[in-house]
Amino acid sequence: MNKNELQLIKKGKRIDGRRPDEIRPIDIQVGILNRADGSCYLEWGGNKVIVAVYGPRELLPKHQQDSTRAKVNATYNMAAFSVEDRKRPGPDRRSREISKVTSEALSGVVFTEQFPRATIDVYIEVLDAQAGTRCAGITAAAVALADAGIPMRDIPASCAVGKVDDTLVLDLTKEEDNYGQADMPLAISPRTEEILLLQMDGHLTMKEFNTGLELVIDACKKISEIQKKSLLNKYGSSLG
Amino acid sequence: MTEKRTIVIPGTVLGDAEQKKPGVGTFRENNVIYASRLGIKVEKAGYVNIIPLSGVYNPHVGDNVIGIITECQLSSWMVDINAPYPAMLHVNQVPWKVDFGSTGEYLYVGDSIICKIGLIDESKKIELSMEDRGSRKIDAGIILEIQPQKVPRVIGKNGSMITLLKKYSNCWMFVGQNGRICIKGESDRVDFIVEAIRKIEKEAHTVGLTSRMEQFLKERQK
Repeated sequence: MNKNELQLIKKGKRIDGRRPDEIRPIDIQVGILNRADGSCYLEWGGNKVIVAVYGPRELLPKHQQDSTRAKVNATYNMAAFSVEDRKRPGPDRRSREISKVTSEALSGVVFTEQFPRATIDVYIEVLDAQAGTRCAGITAAAVALADAGIPMRDIPASCAVGKVDDTLVLDLTKEEDNYGQADMPLAISPRTEEILLLQMDGHLTMKEFNTGLELVIDACKKISEIQKKSLLNKYGSSLG
Repeated sequence: MTEKRTIVIPGTVLGDAEQKKPGVGTFRENNVIYASRLGIKVEKAGYVNIIPLSGVYNPHVGDNVIGIITECQLSSWMVDINAPYPAMLHVNQVPWKVDFGSTGEYLYVGDSIICKIGLIDESKKIELSMEDRGSRKIDAGIILEIQPQKVPRVIGKNGSMITLLKKYSNCWMFVGQNGRICIKGESDRVDFIVEAIRKIEKEAHTVGLTSRMEQFLKERQK
């Protein structure tokens, strides 16, 4: 499809009817898996992600152990049926990259020094993908980590900002991602506004970058509220 | 537990560090105390503590635990104590005189023991001890695993809950701090007690559990 044929913004509204600074609806369920130490199911627009957290547990093989801190080991995996054309199962270049950046983002908030030589395993399974799965993965993983009782400085939140038809938009859809001008996923620690992950695909001017950053930090704070609410919902309702 | 109990999540502000002291499950940043994990906020003697609602067993020196032998070495055993780290039991720390290389004659892979955590070093290497009274090899009964964070509720205040369970079930019971419970008794009584413990585990974070359990046990007794 030619980019010019598709008009992504009409009369200030996006292709799915959202305003440029509006994110897709998010629904989070906590503790849905019995066998995992912590778990979370997240629906974010058309994205469906399930996350399981195990540990802290012994890291094997032994030569990978760090005698001063724990390792946060995130594994991002897309189901074969998660995208339009069947995805060949197993790790590929893209999922290995996302696993790496997710591990690093989560390591930034976990008190890893409390568990020397251990590992905290985070398994992110994408069941349905419609752009923004790495942000959805981090957002869900953060909730699952909290559910697993892992000591953390904060619960990270993640969202993407991009440029479509010369307009800055939040939380891109598949079409905007494919035919837009830029895409910038970001993860922050909402309490301190520390940046845990920042990647960019495409071009933004310095001014656009700064405005986009402000937009996406605001969005992350909104997402953070949804995360907190879901966690409190699970335990708060049964508390006498 | 008459005070109001609030659930906190990582990053929740718990108070000013100049007025209170940061306790278990909290951290201090710029003179403000924050929660570091999901749990119930409790203030005691000037400290703000978090009673965790979930998580793995975090070993402490002096804990009585139930371990399962995973490996026999020449002069020691490796023991699984349900912690993130394996634990070692040396032949010097057992009540028997074990000859070099004959560890397997006393405890073999798969055997269960009641032991005490003797030492934990900086990198969380754990050494166990079986020298105190009460430590022994478990020769009969079943081992039940519960969430380690729920162990205090199974024991109860000053052992109130465990006394209750023993009274109504007529079973021998030992609760390890690592979430493993050993129960010995007649099989129908054991089933009864397992059901009760599962109920405690499910309702661990509610108020007035002991009195509700007493009622439950009384009804089931009939």
